[in-house]
Amino acid sequence: MHELSIVADLFTIIEEKASQAKASRVTKVRVLIGELSGVVPELFRSAFNSYKKGTIADRARLEIKITKVKFRCQSCGREIRTRDISAPDFSHSCPFCGSKEVELISGRDLYLEKLEIET
Amino acid sequence: MEKRKKEVLVIEDILGSNKKIASSIRQKLEEKGILAVNLLSSPGSGKTTLLEKIGLKLKDRYKVGVIEGDIETERDAERIRKVGLPAWQITTHGACHLEARMLARLFDQIPADLDFLFIENVGNLVCPASFDLGERLRFVLLSVPEGDDKPRKYPEAFITSHVFIITKADLLPHLPFDANRVTQEALEINPKLEIFRTSAWNGEGLDNLCAFLEKKLQELRAKNA
Repeated sequence: MHELSIVADLFTIIEEKASQAKASRVTKVRVLIGELSGVVPELFRSAFNSYKKGTIADRARLEIKITKVKFRCQSCGREIRTRDISAPDFSHSCPFCGSKEVELISGRDLYLEKLEIET
Repeated sequence: MEKRKKEVLVIEDILGSNKKIASSIRQKLEEKGILAVNLLSSPGSGKTTLLEKIGLKLKDRYKVGVIEGDIETERDAERIRKVGLPAWQITTHGACHLEARMLARLFDQIPADLDFLFIENVGNLVCPASFDLGERLRFVLLSVPEGDDKPRKYPEAFITSHVFIITKADLLPHLPFDANRVTQEALEINPKLEIFRTSAWNGEGLDNLCAFLEKKLQELRAKNA
């Protein structure tokens, strides 16, 4: 349950951006959660809802968009999308050319994408 | 009065502040030629015991320090001090992982002439994987009694690590743990993993692991030269 510490960092960014934009209130927060970020969306949501009390985002709605795991093959350059990281045939190799030199290019990150504010 | 609503595009990494502190720690450690290793595993898989054993092997030739992360108590740091190594305890008081800022707070206490700095994370195969601590190498440990089905169940720990260590290998004859299966599965998830099989009980694999650490230290020093 490390979601609460991540949410605490999220609120540092929210407060900073809201103050820069001279917001009186934050009404919506949209985050991108990578499938392989190690963050559980439901836990993130409940951490968000407890943390928001008494902040500028105390009535904000949280929108979560899950970003899919994507690899790029270093040999043939093709992009590899994985349907399910826990699928039994998931393998860290290129399905087109078989190379094992594949690099994770998306799916690990956590981003605050945008805010909706009232001024 | 109607309040004006507007959208503010941000696109900022939520873990950005942790990553920034971690990068600065990494830079400082590497400039000093200190090889930092972050150890991840479930509780009880043998992180502290492994550190006691390799610490004893390395300490005559190298300066070794250990940061111990635990939810409560100084017990692990005391164990490490008993084998003659300096140890610093971080108690997180409930947090299930270490973060870079916790390390930054005790950074001034770390001697600049260390060769190896081991950071034993809080026992947990999930949460610590998300937090860069500024280490150069990340080790994930899995002990034989935990079972051979773990790499796919905890993919992030295996994907973000450089080294996978099977611990308590002396128990292999007694338990239904298929070391080949677990090795293959770990490599399917992360083909770049270096894999070691160790037993702190009978000493298997410890010299290999120490030789690997020495090689990595030389690589770091060569980069600095």
